Order: sequence, then C-alpha cells, then structure tokens
Amino acid sequence: MSAPPVASTATVLSALGLVKRFGGIPATDNVTLNLARGARHALIGPNGAGKTTLINLLTGVLDPTEGRIELEGQDITRLAPHQRVRRGLVRTFQINQLFDSLSPLQTLALTVSQQQGLGGKWWQPLGARRSVAERCDQLLEQFRLATVMEQPTRTLSYGKRRLLEIAIALACEPRVLLLDEPVAGVPAGEREELLRTIATLPAEVSVLLIEHDMDIVFSFATRMTVLVNGAVLTEGTPQEISSDERVRAVYLGEEERAPSHA
Amino acid sequence: MNAERPTDAARPALLRANRWKPWEFALWLAAFAAPLADPSHAALISEIAIVALFAMSLDLVLGYAGIVSLGHAAFFGFGGYCAALFAKHVMPDPLVGLAVGMAAATVLGALCSVTILRGSDLTRLMVTLGVSLIMLELANKLDWLTGGADGLQGITIGPLLGRFEFDLGGRTAVYYSLVVLLVFAILARRLVHSPFGATLMAIRDNRLRAMAIGVPVASRLVAVYTIAAAMAGAAGALLVQTTSFASLDLFEFQRSADVLLILVVGGVGWLYGGVIGAVVFKLMQDTLSAITAQYWTFWLGLFLVLLVLVGRDRLIRPWTWLRRRGRV
Amino acid sequence: MLTILFDGIAYGMLLFVLAVGLAVTLGLMNFINLAHGAFAMAGGYVTVLLMQRAGVPFMACLPIAFAFSALLGAVLERTLYRPLYHRPHLDQVLFSIGLVFMAIAGVDYFIGSTQLIVQLPGWLKGRTEIGSGEWRLGMGHYRLFIIAVCGALTVALQYALSHTRFGSRLRASVDDQRVAAGLGINVNVVFLSTFAFGSGLAGLGGALGSEVLGLDPSFPLKYMIYFLIVVAVGGTSSITGPLLAALLLGIADVTGKYYIPKLGAFIVYSVMIVILVWRPQGLFVRQHGKA
Repeated sequence: MSAPPVASTATVLSALGLVKRFGGIPATDNVTLNLARGARHALIGPNGAGKTTLINLLTGVLDPTEGRIELEGQDITRLAPHQRVRRGLVRTFQINQLFDSLSPLQTLALTVSQQQGLGGKWWQPLGARRSVAERCDQLLEQFRLATVMEQPTRTLSYGKRRLLEIAIALACEPRVLLLDEPVAGVPAGEREELLRTIATLPAEVSVLLIEHDMDIVFSFATRMTVLVNGAVLTEGTPQEISSDERVRAVYLGEEERAPSHA
Repeated sequence: MNAERPTDAARPALLRANRWKPWEFALWLAAFAAPLADPSHAALISEIAIVALFAMSLDLVLGYAGIVSLGHAAFFGFGGYCAALFAKHVMPDPLVGLAVGMAAATVLGALCSVTILRGSDLTRLMVTLGVSLIMLELANKLDWLTGGADGLQGITIGPLLGRFEFDLGGRTAVYYSLVVLLVFAILARRLVHSPFGATLMAIRDNRLRAMAIGVPVASRLVAVYTIAAAMAGAAGALLVQTTSFASLDLFEFQRSADVLLILVVGGVGWLYGGVIGAVVFKLMQDTLSAITAQYWTFWLGLFLVLLVLVGRDRLIRPWTWLRRRGRV
Repeated sequence: MLTILFDGIAYGMLLFVLAVGLAVTLGLMNFINLAHGAFAMAGGYVTVLLMQRAGVPFMACLPIAFAFSALLGAVLERTLYRPLYHRPHLDQVLFSIGLVFMAIAGVDYFIGSTQLIVQLPGWLKGRTEIGSGEWRLGMGHYRLFIIAVCGALTVALQYALSHTRFGSRLRASVDDQRVAAGLGINVNVVFLSTFAFGSGLAGLGGALGSEVLGLDPSFPLKYMIYFLIVVAVGGTSSITGPLLAALLLGIADVTGKYYIPKLGAFIVYSVMIVILVWRPQGLFVRQHGKA
C-alpha cells in the first residue's frame, strides 16, 4: 500500500481516506492518494473502478461520505468547486463539457478573465484587457483553434472540441491538473498534437492523468495508482506496476489480449 | 511544426462584438422620432417602450442566464405599486418615485434570487410563479393600502425635472419612457458584453463547466436576478407614473406570460429581442383588439401554439412554411 | 377539526386524481404540460352540460367525462404534443400556455363566463355525523364518494403499474426511454395511451369535483399551480409521491382557508416555495431516481 498519509511540502494534493457511498454501495472505498509536486501521475483501473468519481470528489462536484482532501497542505474538503479552481485545482472532463453557443474565442476569453479576477466586471467589454486577449491568442495558437475561433462551439469537429476542452483547463492556469481521459475519441491526427501538449506541460504543474491506453500511460507517467472497485489496489512506478501479478490479472492482462490500437 | 508568433486577432474580434452597429443607431433614432411623426399615438409608443424595458429585463434572466421564469411580473408590480404609493403619500416627483420603485424591486429581487438557484426548469417555473401569485394575493388582501381589486386611485405625478408636466397628449410621458428605456438599454448592453455577461452565458450553457473554471455560479445568478428585478421594477414604476393608476393586473399571470411571449417572438438572448417583440406584440394587440375585443386571448393562444410548432425562425420567413421541416 | 381534516383529505385525493396524469407525463416524456387543467375543465363542462341539457344522471356522466377527455388527449398527443417532446422546456411552456388560452377563450365564447352550478343527485347531498363535541366528524356524502372513488382509482393505478405488462413497459419507458425502445417496447404507444389515460383521469377528476372546485373558464389557470405543486413536490418517479403531496396540499389548503381566511392561499404558496428551495427534486423522490 502507499506511504502513510502525511502532508509534506512535496505533496501538493492529498486524498485521505476518501469514502463515497451511494446508498449502500461504496463507489470510492477508503482511497488515499498523494500527488507529488510536479508529478506525472497516472490513475488506471478497469471501467467502473471509480476513477471519475474520485475526480469528482477531489474537485468538489461530489461530497465525500468520509475522508479529507488537502491542497497545498490546506483542508479543502468543505470548499465549493469554484473555490478549488481559484486555488489552482483544475480538471478536464471525460465527456466534453463546453459552452455550445459560445465561440472558442469567447470561451477562452471568459475563462482567462475569470482566472485573472475580472469575471465580475460588468462595465468593460470582454477582451478590453490586453492581458486577456494576449493569453487567448497564445492558447488559440497552441491548440490550433485560431482558424475556428469565432465559430460557435457546437459546430466544431470532435477533435477540435476536445482540444478546446483541454485549452479551457490550461486557461485556468492550473497548479494541479486532473486530466480525465484526454484523448478519448480523438481521431489519430489530432491525438499526437494533444499528447505533445500534455507532454510539454510546465514542470511546476502537477498532473494526475486518467487513461486507459497503456502506451500513453507508460510514456507519460512516473508514478501510477491502480483503482479497482473503488479502492486502491496498489501504487508504484510503471515498472513495479507492470510486473505486479495482481494488476496483470485485473487490468493489464485484459489489455494484452485486446488488439493494440493507434 | 514551427512555432509561429501568435497573431493579435483575439482583441479586435472580441471588441467588435461590443461596438454599436449602424442599425442600432437607426433603431433608436426611429424610436425617438416616432412621437414627433405620430403624436396621436404617443400613449401607445410609451406603452411599447415600457413593455420593451420589461421584456429586456426578462431577457437578462432568461436569455443570458437561462432561468425560465413565469413570475417576472412580481417585480414589475412591486416596483409599480411602490412608486404609486410613494407618489400618493410622500412626494409626487417622478424621478424620485422611479428610484423608489426600482429600489423596492431590487430588494425583492435579491430576496427571491435565493429561490431560483437550484432545481430543474419545472421547480424554477413554479417558484417564480409562486412568488408572483403571493404578490398578487398580498396586493389583493392588503386592500386598505393598495386599493385591492379597484386599484389605487388618486395618484398625481408631479412635473418631470420640475419643468415638464405630464400632459394629456402624452408627450412628456413618451419621452420619459423612451429615455429611461435607452439608459437601461445602454447599461444592459455593456453588461452582456462584459466578462460578467460572458460568465452568465457560460452558466446558461453549462453550469457544471462554469463552476469548473472558477465562476461563482450562485453569486452571479443572484446578481443578475437582482439587476433584472430592478429593471422590471423601473418598468412598473414607469407604467404607473405615465398612467396615474395602479391595479392588480400589474401582478397577474397574464402579464408574466405576455412578456415571455414578447421576448420569444423578438428573439431570446440578444437584448433587442425585447424591443422588437414589444413593437410587434403591441401593434398586434392594438389591431386585433379593435376587431375582436373579448377573444384576444384566443388569438394570442393560437399564435403561441403556432409559434412553437412552426418554430420562431421559420415564422419570420414565410417562404419556408411550405417546405417540409427537416429532421432535427 | 376532524371534519376539516376529512374535507382536506377529500380535496387532496381529488387533486391527486387530477394531477397524477401530469406527473406521469412529466416523468415519462419530460414534457411540462401546463394545459393539463384544460382536460380537467373539459370533463367538468361535459358533465354539467350533459346533466343540464340532456338530463343525463351524474353517475353516467363520470365515465363519459373520462372518455371524452381521454379521446381529446389522445388526439392532441398524436397531432400536437408528439413533435414537441424533445424541444426545450421553454417551448413546451409557451405551447401549453397557448393551448390554455385557446381553451379558456373557447369555453368563454361557446358557453359563457359565469360559473356553472352542478346539481348533485339526491343521495350525494346528505351528511353523516359521527362522534360529538370536539371530535365530531361530519362527513358529507359527496366528499365520502370522492374519497371512495379516488381511493379505488389509486389502488387500481398502483396495481396496474406494478402487476401488469403495460405497467412494466411504462415504468421501463420512464426510467430510460432509449433502452426501453431497444427492448422492443413501442414507446409511441406507451406515450399515447399514458397521455390519453392521464387526460382521462383529469377529466374524471374535473367531473367528480366540479361542485367542490367551481367550474368556470378560468379553471385551468386557477388550478394549474396546484397540479404543479403536486407534481413538483411529489416527484415523478412514483405514484405514492404525488399522492402524499396531494394529500398534504389538500389538508394544508382547507385548514389554512378555514382557520386563517385572510391568508389562505399564502400558506400554500409559501410552503411550496420553501419545500422546492430546500429539496428541489421534490419531497418524496427516491434518492437516486431521475426526477
């Protein structure tokens, strides 16, 4: 099992004994997870293992039945989702959660404005601040969205929508980034783009990645946690995990039988 | 892939949305010229302006924040009655009365905003309806104060700015209404093009994601609901002041339903929908009432049914009526 | 006091029968139908007109009212409602408000705006008293009849839902429409028959309760809020939820109007708002059911 739950400066996000029960069923079963500063940490497990539920607990979308969550050593268990975002805890969604009637430009502009503390300003037009517009330009360029920046999001291709999904998270200037299956359903061409962007995230940003594709996990992660039936099965380096009998049986074994995919 | 220098396209594109378009100037010019061109219809134009202000306030709530409200008349009526009572018992100055009506509606809006924060469309529909029904009951039961079903009589409104009397021709009234409408339109326009307005639209489109980018959803909704209530209260005060009369129909369901219809006809979510819808609705009402006074509700109902079945976009393009509706 | 309770229960059961169709329609088709009251009004008017102009006895009018409203519901569902199932709620609200306006104006035009008086048959006009003093229970036979009929209907509904094939198809379609269709359940037929039946029940309720509720063209608007309360507070995932909500509402309304007539309707509206703000999903909903 993992190290005892001690919050140190090297740990940026901790889940301590998290439990979430729906009725009688524990979707999250006494999960303790420590995310190190600058981590590239992967969270894997079979479908239904509770990975997204854990993300929902960490971000405040769900309230835990038991347990604590600490961010930078401070207890955030009672904080509302938007307050956690303000402290730098940002996530992406497995299924795109976008603003369909707004354009990528508007979406990023409002996210950047909110992040820069201008979200409540009502007199100045959106984009009047140069710092907002410049950051938008950067992000649109980085995620290859400049050509479609004024089209309503609902008209964009799936790949572009996924890029926007990640771009929004980066626009929040995260210190801790929770990526929920970022390349799910993305066509081959745009996958490489996205993976490169994730690989080149700043070193100060601590990343927790949920992913099914083992190639991606092994090329990206320095540490892995395996979640099965809502509980932590084991945690360790990719080498330790891939040679662990139990993990093979539960998860990797099934992967080997499945044909490898691009 | 070489790293290109980012272009500076974002800023101009964003600011373009905020710039006043030529047709907007034309619209306001026409609005202010109309009473000069047709002085006999000054009262009608004044009514249109007031209803437009009311509809615009609902647009903030419905079009920009996505809250379906069936009881917006609560704020309209409360602002109206407070302005009426103020004029009758304290002081007949219209501008102060307008401020009082607005302030009262603001307080009510802030209180009621708690009720629309959570829940589905149905629950929000119901709490908004419930609030306006409560206000109607209150106005009815407190008849020693409000005049009950007979309405509040004996309201005299003093001259505007101390100089312009409210004449029978309605000249002062119509310009009063138009100016107030314009001021609020400018303010509302700035609001919806600001970061605040953008976060509202984000909440409307995807509340979960709005929270996930740090938007304090609850406080934004409270703010916009309160602002919309203030605007509706101003419209109510205007109506009471320009007609020197306040009655229970300020709170009635019909008023909430009418303003919803007006907004949908004119187009939800672009602020001018309220203005366009008000013009169309009032003109329709005027002409149809002359033909069939009693059964205006029937035609209104039929219009609503057709509007929804055919779809607003097709309704304003008659050549599409005969084409088969494509599969959505 | 017991009499008040009794009256409240009768009123509540009547509201339940009136509103249960709306609850099922909302839960099934996710359609906000504010015109539900119009079907009740139709049943009421059919009954009164048949009784006054054709001399049809009250008891015979009840099934006729049911059939008329059910038929009306079936026709409207097939032609007008069905294309609107996937439209945003705002559209549905506007549409049903439009229908209500048309119904009200139509009735006003053809029949007139004065309230129609229902002449109850002799055997329903009586009253039985039990007990004495504080605990006297005065049961009007009419209200007793209402309770009996509505109670029987409730039991029958509950049975039909849980023990018949149609009931399981209905519950499946409510839970997940797509999966139900994938299982071979003809969702269109389920929708049509449910809507028709719900409208029929509303018509029956309108006929049964015409003396209690008062029959005039503004009926759908007057009672719309009550039906909505039953549905919103009771939830749409069961029959017992709306039943309990309707009983609560009936008792609260009658009690309020008796003891504090000046404030009568307030209490109902205020309590409704408080409940909906505190529990937006309704009071009686299953924990993780889709409300």
